[in-house]
Amino acid sequence: MDTDLNAPHSMGTTIIGVTYDGGVVLGADSRTSTGMYVANRASDKITQLTDNVYVCRSGSAADSQIVSDYVRYFLHQHTIQLGQPATVKVVANLVRLLSYQNKNMLQMGLIVGGWDKYEGAQIYSVPLGGTILRRPFAIGGSGSSYLYGFFDKEWKEGMSKDEAEKLVVEAVSLAIARDGASGGVVRTVTINADGVTRNFYTGDSLPLWHEELEPQNSLLDILSSSSAEPMST
Amino acid sequence: MESAAVSSHDSTIQEIGFERTLYPYVMGTSVLGMKYKDGVLLAADLGGSYGSTLRYKSVERIKPIGKHSLLGASGEISDFQEILRYLDELILYDNMWDDGNSLGPKEVHNYLNRLMYNRRNKFNPLWNSLVLGGVKNGQKYLGMVGMIGTHFEDNHVATGFGNHLARPILRDEWNEDMSFEEAVKLLEKCLRVLLYRDRSSINKFQIAKITEEGVTIFPPYSLKTFWGFSAFKNPTKGAEGSW
Repeated sequence: MDTDLNAPHSMGTTIIGVTYDGGVVLGADSRTSTGMYVANRASDKITQLTDNVYVCRSGSAADSQIVSDYVRYFLHQHTIQLGQPATVKVVANLVRLLSYQNKNMLQMGLIVGGWDKYEGAQIYSVPLGGTILRRPFAIGGSGSSYLYGFFDKEWKEGMSKDEAEKLVVEAVSLAIARDGASGGVVRTVTINADGVTRNFYTGDSLPLWHEELEPQNSLLDILSSSSAEPMST
Repeated sequence: MESAAVSSHDSTIQEIGFERTLYPYVMGTSVLGMKYKDGVLLAADLGGSYGSTLRYKSVERIKPIGKHSLLGASGEISDFQEILRYLDELILYDNMWDDGNSLGPKEVHNYLNRLMYNRRNKFNPLWNSLVLGGVKNGQKYLGMVGMIGTHFEDNHVATGFGNHLARPILRDEWNEDMSFEEAVKLLEKCLRVLLYRDRSSINKFQIAKITEEGVTIFPPYSLKTFWGFSAFKNPTKGAEGSW
């Protein structure tokens, strides 16, 4: 089972977008893999499209990057012509158009999230094929398979900003625990009327899940501090 | 998995009810091994991956064999369990002689080599890479056997991803007279790199040592990882849309 270094860079990923009372929280892991090799362990999968709208990218790294570059380019012109910030709906639909009209060539799943003064907090899911679906929350990427049950249980309307952020971090962390294609740190981007905040959560600040152990500096520390006998024959 | 040919003088091979490993399902990732001053150390994580899912997190992939050896395996876990059953039988017969002799690591390695190679010749491999370490009569031994029967001995070995990521580190930093502490630190350096860069590794490891006195398999533990580089915090600052 060797690494295929010519395999396309794919972000087997976990991405999440959640609305709360007054804004959105976007979350993602930070692992980009080439086959079984982790090409980048600290990637940033939450990309800015405009001041108030960001997108979570999953699937082919190349495809999602180039599409978000095109969308940013078109939106820049649109904002100048319009004279005010683009609405989240326009951004999401631009993403959809590129995705749909090139559906045979693109392999990516995106979650567009942002805040504007007309409709407030919005999350749009744009999966493979170019469907667009507006939902109160969206999950995507290979790691999302492990989160359907979790969200079925834990999601609720009208959360506060802190509750929403906590939910997203917990979810990404759970997916990282079970999806080999997800890993690294948890990045979040919170967007509301006051602006945008980026956050970064490393392994040691996340809770430990089933069968996970407290990280140590070395086995030698454990041996010198413990008095218990290790297994021997 | 059932084997078709039960004994060597069986001239017919029954195809009915015969299974062969076509592709692996539950897999273990890298195993590392290295000689040090007092003996041999083996290290592996406790993960059993099921495709890209990290399904099982307490799979012990290093086991003692007899009095003088340690066996570590990567690859299909069911095949590893079958190998352990074969070795159990081997050691049992060895003990039944009750003649004061016991199979050492060289002998066990040779047996494993024959086992793997013969299976490969029948197009029905045991889908594993094995690391065999041991000490007998003061002689340290460390060898590897692959699923196609490739085998060799060395001062330090690695399977799977460890070949690419751990061996360069070991080549650079290993020396003949490492103390237990130095050896553990070196192994942990390799384990940490594998944790960062191997998709199928998990943060739960087991280190096992074998010396003239015997086998010690230390309890599972996790390693701290480092993510505090400033570049990691905001990688796309000034380059929006990159990764």
